[in-house]
Amino acid sequence: MAMIAMATGFVLILIGLFGALSNRNILRMIVAFAVANTGVNLVLVAVGYMDGRTAPILNEAVPVAEATTRIIDPVPQALVLTAIVIGVGVTALMLAYAYKLFKTKGTLDISQYTDLKW
Amino acid sequence: MIKRFTLILLLAGLGAIFAGLMLDYVPDSELNRTADYYAKNTAADLGAANIVTAIIVTYRGLDTLGEVTVLFLTAAIVGLVLARDRHDQSQPDRELPPTGELLATGTRLLLPLILLFGAYVFSHGHLTPGGGFQGGAILASGMLLMLLSHPLRRFGHRTIAIVESIAGLAFVFIGVLGIALAGGFLDNRILPTGTLGELFSAGAIPVIYSFVGLKVGAEFSSMLLNLSETEEL
Repeated sequence: MAMIAMATGFVLILIGLFGALSNRNILRMIVAFAVANTGVNLVLVAVGYMDGRTAPILNEAVPVAEATTRIIDPVPQALVLTAIVIGVGVTALMLAYAYKLFKTKGTLDISQYTDLKW
Repeated sequence: MIKRFTLILLLAGLGAIFAGLMLDYVPDSELNRTADYYAKNTAADLGAANIVTAIIVTYRGLDTLGEVTVLFLTAAIVGLVLARDRHDQSQPDRELPPTGELLATGTRLLLPLILLFGAYVFSHGHLTPGGGFQGGAILASGMLLMLLSHPLRRFGHRTIAIVESIAGLAFVFIGVLGIALAGGFLDNRILPTGTLGELFSAGAIPVIYSFVGLKVGAEFSSMLLNLSETEEL
């Protein structure tokens, strides 16, 4: 189970990088980065998964005394929660900059932006 | 052609690295020491049923403060970048088509429910899989629905800024109270930890997470608002 999730995550990272590197349109690149971001999150969560265990929430099903043998690693989950939120922020920033770039040049084709090329 | 070839070569190399990582990966059979500490001591120390929330709000509370700051910065920069391009939408150049019956009625029906659900999610963060960030995102989705159904109604940037500032200040203030009354910055034991699994338990965690939820909701809303105001009507 964890292996499937991890493989999916790695494939998503590769798809995202392929999309970001092969597309010329800035909006498509942003979407590709979001896909790669999802892949990274999936890999991180998969690393914390352990077979036959349950979510790190204590209740009747997982009494405190048995917690260490019943729950999966909560640390990657906390990390991924942070990563998702920061990912949203990064995507919003990229979209705002893409809008600004479109305003200045009237195109979203990255090959038209040669100002920093040498 | 060369470019495409290089790209495929690069991705193949990266894929090989990933495959190597995956083939060597052996899942842990038991929790590592950090996770084990959290599993053993969260309930007794903090009284929070959801260990992920306990880590985010208390054990690594400082990181969450930083994370909220990053979000605030993002919202501020989006506002700054788009500020010049804000269009006056009070007098659109053309007659706007009316909002569809379904969307208008649906918004009226769903908006209070969405806001209620958001508040539920962030106030029960210490008991259920949820919390301030998720609840805040739900609140902002309600805002998005409102923007879709009433594109011309102006929501105050001011109101959003006030909610955001108060929530942020309250977060830091509770953190400082932790230094004065309990073990350190953002310690949740300034309030009684109560019985595990009840709404009023886990000390200050629900309070802190509610403020985080309000702040995140306000930040996402301000981003949505800024992005929507760049639209020429």
